[in-house]
Amino acid sequence: MNWISEWALPKIKTLFGGPREVPDNLWHKCPACEQMIFHRDLERALHVCPHCGHHLRIGAKQRLDITFDPGWQRIELPKAPMDPLRFRDQRRYADRLKEAQARAGQEDAVMVAHGAIEGHRAVIAAFEFSFLGGSMGAGVGEALVTAAKLAVLQDAPLIVFTASGGARMQEGAISLMQMPRTVIATRMVKEAGLPFIVVLCDPTTGGVTASFAMLGDLQLAEPGALIGFAGARVIEQTVREKLPEGFQRAEYLLEHGILDMVVRRSEMRATLARLIGLLRMPEAAAEVAEGEPVPALPPPAPAGAQA
Amino acid sequence: MRHFLDFEKPIAELEGKIEELRRTTDAGGIDVAEEVARLRDKAQALLKTTYAKLTPWQKTLVARHPDRPHASDYVAALVTEWTPLAGDRAFADDKAVLAGIGRFRGRAVAVLGTEKGKDTESRVRHNFGMARPEGYRKARRIIELAGRFGLPILSFVDTAGAFPGIEAEARGQAEAIARSIEACLEAPVPFVATIIGEGGSGGAIALAAADRVLMLEHAVYSVISPEGCASILWRDAAQAPQAAEALRLTAEDLRRLNLVDAVVPEPMGGAHRDPAAAIAAVGQQVQACLEPLLALDAATLRARRREKFLEMGRNSVL
Ligand SMILES: [Zn+2]
Repeated sequence: MNWISEWALPKIKTLFGGPREVPDNLWHKCPACEQMIFHRDLERALHVCPHCGHHLRIGAKQRLDITFDPGWQRIELPKAPMDPLRFRDQRRYADRLKEAQARAGQEDAVMVAHGAIEGHRAVIAAFEFSFLGGSMGAGVGEALVTAAKLAVLQDAPLIVFTASGGARMQEGAISLMQMPRTVIATRMVKEAGLPFIVVLCDPTTGGVTASFAMLGDLQLAEPGALIGFAGARVIEQTVREKLPEGFQRAEYLLEHGILDMVVRRSEMRATLARLIGLLRMPEAAAEVAEGEPVPALPPPAPAGAQA
Repeated sequence: MRHFLDFEKPIAELEGKIEELRRTTDAGGIDVAEEVARLRDKAQALLKTTYAKLTPWQKTLVARHPDRPHASDYVAALVTEWTPLAGDRAFADDKAVLAGIGRFRGRAVAVLGTEKGKDTESRVRHNFGMARPEGYRKARRIIELAGRFGLPILSFVDTAGAFPGIEAEARGQAEAIARSIEACLEAPVPFVATIIGEGGSGGAIALAAADRVLMLEHAVYSVISPEGCASILWRDAAQAPQAAEALRLTAEDLRRLNLVDAVVPEPMGGAHRDPAAAIAAVGQQVQACLEPLLALDAATLRARRREKFLEMGRNSVL
């Protein structure tokens, strides 16, 4: 427990201490139906358009807030090497990364936290799409491996909310190797007899789909989420055909047997709680796990210190 | 007829001249023979200096060279009692993925490869080496078969990547790749993968999450093609040479990053100039890698394989 208060909590406070300034009179335009939505109505509706039901993208912090019971804890993640290839396109990757870190207040595109969902203890890894498109490099790989270890340690299911454009090109083959690396993370959870649940959110493509994100014991998705391996443009150029209606959307994948269910955001929390209860408490009704001591991971070693 | 790459033009010209002179040898005599020998030395020297300092983009072109030995050539030369196996037992047999059992240096093994094909007809049949979900599901089936009977697995990877198609997506391309990676990692038998040409992203790692990964000297292994990377990050596919540089996709770079285990030197001028020698060199390295792995039990193999991939990214810095 102390590790949380000692090195995780102060960070959380500095990151989330100040409320994000959003004036109450702010209006949003729904990207699907283009109707205007009052900010507070959008918040109350969990960023689902009250007019057409379109699920707007949300950030990792908000995802954790709406999924967990109050009192969840974010954990600090081991640092991955910064810009290992000294990659430069029109800009330096190091600069892009620093900028994304400053803007997001996090080291990389995945936030890992533990808490309870309607009383069921769980570990969640949530992607932040606004952080370099949620792309997977060594930092994201590290986050998923850490989340898996924490789940095993806490004897809790691992839930991943994905939102990613795929591999992080600026880390070259290192990002490719995060595919086997994150697959190993799923094995760790499964071998401990724990559920590994994937919730695919808009959008999830490329190397993320082709690794851990398709290996859930259960595969859920949000309505309308774009989910696929190859990008639509690349497919169109390759096959020179018009893509079918609803191609690579959650409902299309459900139809093709790739998902278990498409779940509305307003029902996600209850659905996850029920699934965990069914898989983990075959006989007893759900109990509230409040006040139980939660085991902790040792603090991460500084980057490069591990042999 | 030999296929020359753009940057090989000066070599091609010299070799053309040599050919021409040799054709007139009947009329010539000693002077011509001397001239031929001189030109041949010059061509060799030029070949050597050119190939000693290939840029990452030039290496990409060499890795894609149409005369470069393909997976089927490796199988033909290195595997006896070759018995191809087919099908994913669900939908189709994907001919982009070559799979079967046979003997490597007398020992029964399972073999996987991505096959690009040699001529127009076979390229179409093999879908240019770009597998669909069926291909990865076939691979997984063969890996599991190998596990059941204790056969070591050898794979020969040469693919631009998994096929981007409507049907491929509908049948779960991503899931098929993920399961194939998982099968590689779980295999209870020794597994040696060799990147022989193009190691194209997810389509390559699906057959290469192995105990030992070898890479040919001029092969490339990358998360995205230089053209694809350039069109996204530079918004111009013509910047591919620059993207190839930035991606660090050469065998030398991957070895330095500890993402592959060894680099197999190629014959001078690339594997396409002497396929037999290139294949023999790979055979030797595969044998050398396999030998110590054969002494390990399933649990140790799996644990070490996991440790290896879990480290990737932690300390990989140029
Ligand atoms: Zn709307």
